Amino acid sequence: MSELTLTVMRLGFLAVLWLFVIVAVQVIRSDLFGTRVTQRGAARRGGQEQQRGAQRQTAAPPQAQRRQESGRGGNSRQRRGAPTKLVVSEGTLTGTTVALQGQTISLGRAHDSTIVLDDDYASSRHARIYPDRDGQWIVEDLGSTNGTYLERTRLTTPTPIPLGAPIRIGKTVIELRK
Amino acid sequence: MSSTSNTTTIGTIGAPSRRNTELALLVFAVIIPVFAYINVGLAKEDTVPAGVLGYALGLGLLAGVAHLVVRKWAPYADPLMLPVSTLLNGLGLVFIWRLDQEPQITTPQLGGAMAPGQLMWSTLGVALFLGVLIFLKDHRVLQRYTYISMVAALVLLILPVFFPARFGARIWITIPGVGSLQPGEFAKIIIAIFFAGYLMVKRDALALASRRFMGLYLPRGRDLGPILVIWALSLMILVFETDLGTSLLFFGLFVIMLYVATERTSWIVFGLLLSGAGAVAVATFESHVQTRVHNWLNPLELLNGGVTETAQAMYSFGSGGILGSGLGQGYSRLIGGIAPKSDYILATVGEELGLAGVMAILLLYGLLIERGIRTALAARDPFGKLLAVGLSGAFALQVFVVAGGVTGLIPLTGMTMPFLAQGGSSVIANWALVAILLRISDTARRPAPAPAPSTDAEMTQVVRP
Repeated sequence: MSELTLTVMRLGFLAVLWLFVIVAVQVIRSDLFGTRVTQRGAARRGGQEQQRGAQRQTAAPPQAQRRQESGRGGNSRQRRGAPTKLVVSEGTLTGTTVALQGQTISLGRAHDSTIVLDDDYASSRHARIYPDRDGQWIVEDLGSTNGTYLERTRLTTPTPIPLGAPIRIGKTVIELRK
Repeated sequence: MSSTSNTTTIGTIGAPSRRNTELALLVFAVIIPVFAYINVGLAKEDTVPAGVLGYALGLGLLAGVAHLVVRKWAPYADPLMLPVSTLLNGLGLVFIWRLDQEPQITTPQLGGAMAPGQLMWSTLGVALFLGVLIFLKDHRVLQRYTYISMVAALVLLILPVFFPARFGARIWITIPGVGSLQPGEFAKIIIAIFFAGYLMVKRDALALASRRFMGLYLPRGRDLGPILVIWALSLMILVFETDLGTSLLFFGLFVIMLYVATERTSWIVFGLLLSGAGAVAVATFESHVQTRVHNWLNPLELLNGGVTETAQAMYSFGSGGILGSGLGQGYSRLIGGIAPKSDYILATVGEELGLAGVMAILLLYGLLIERGIRTALAARDPFGKLLAVGLSGAFALQVFVVAGGVTGLIPLTGMTMPFLAQGGSSVIANWALVAILLRISDTARRPAPAPAPSTDAEMTQVVRP
């Protein structure tokens, strides 16, 4: 066997060996998992929706976006720049999101609220968030004991919600996001 | 669509099963040794060796069956452990076969060709691997046998004392008509089970009942008991079996697991002090250990007209250089005896694959150990955590002791490089070890079962006016 062939095989073998090591390290890298978004209501009705909802948020943002768009499907009168979801940013429910589809969202300690607040300072029917006829989202305090705050002001009348403005109920803060 | 169905929570993502990744890596791990096999044949005899098809099919079959069993019985297990073990075992077979081609060290007195025997042992090892995966449904079952494992491990450790010494160390037991066995290899798995079960129960006493002194936590006298017993035991192994490696392995394993269980650095300090004192004490009066230490300190000294094995191994590494001499083109046969196939197989790797190859092999060991520790991190039960740390710790210590000994970092001890070196007990025991780690990682990575729906969370029927 010629010297050249053996040299090529020698270097080739080392290259293949190292390739295996590098591939193995890549597998370890892809083995670190991000977070996933689970549908909270779905668990009660069976795993089918949960499967669909389970997705990597960090790894596959395009997929997550697509799902939100399909979730909004049919609601074509929504304007550009309008909020698409409500996010709980502080309190025990931090991380919870609700897609905005033109439905009324009720907040409070009552079990049938859209967002059930586990908060001593919240009333059982505390506030609601709904779209008006133009698609502008409105927050209304439902006569709660401790009040609902938009930014720093306590609400007395139904008030339009600017994008990203914090709505505070007890220890819970929610905001609307695109 | 009701409003609640759009409520989402952000949580951690469950592990996908990764079985297809494992299959792809496994194919890769079979191709590399086959490539090496062809390379050796071309370098030594200018032809593709005749047995290449049989060898490729054999290794492929072993890997394929192992993969199918993992897919069926441990679907969420770690994707990396099986391919890395297969690759190391396959490369070990190629290296032993390659050394079998040297007539000087394959004489009948030295046991003849060893690759066929090693292939048989590997098959037995994979069979045991499959057996463990199929019959050990849950690693927590092992917890029931905490004290039985202690007794079993002690028996396995003491048995070799009653058999004649070979190559200066009493670590073999000989069963007439079957062959010889190194019980220490199996004892390391069993003793890890004992330590895990014992420390899980005792770790609070060991961690919390202590006085602080100069930044160290001094444990109470009665809590110090077990570590002293294990230390005395490992010293006794050293004295009566003259086996430095096994005694280091057991004491080191205990210190590692003690540290992981209690999070007290002081145990490591105590462990190092005790093992240092013990090793020095034994080395002053035990001649076999003295010889090893002497060879380590003066490798170039002339003995019987030639240099020591330690020096020969260093020459091997040196002549290999960065990229090596190429498979089948080294001279590690000059180490003599069967040592190049067992203790010094890393020297052959170093000569024929060079520094680059040795680093790749050591990284493969590192990856295997990393996956073991990772399994321990992911495991949900304390026993599984400790057992995974113990098993990967034992594996890591063994790799360190052998690689350190061959490269001249520490005195050489009679242990085998896991998977790579010739030796039936070693390859079988290490396959069993990997199987237990895979079982723990399957339990750890399996997605948690959905919580039973609580009646409180059910939607209340509200009658609205």
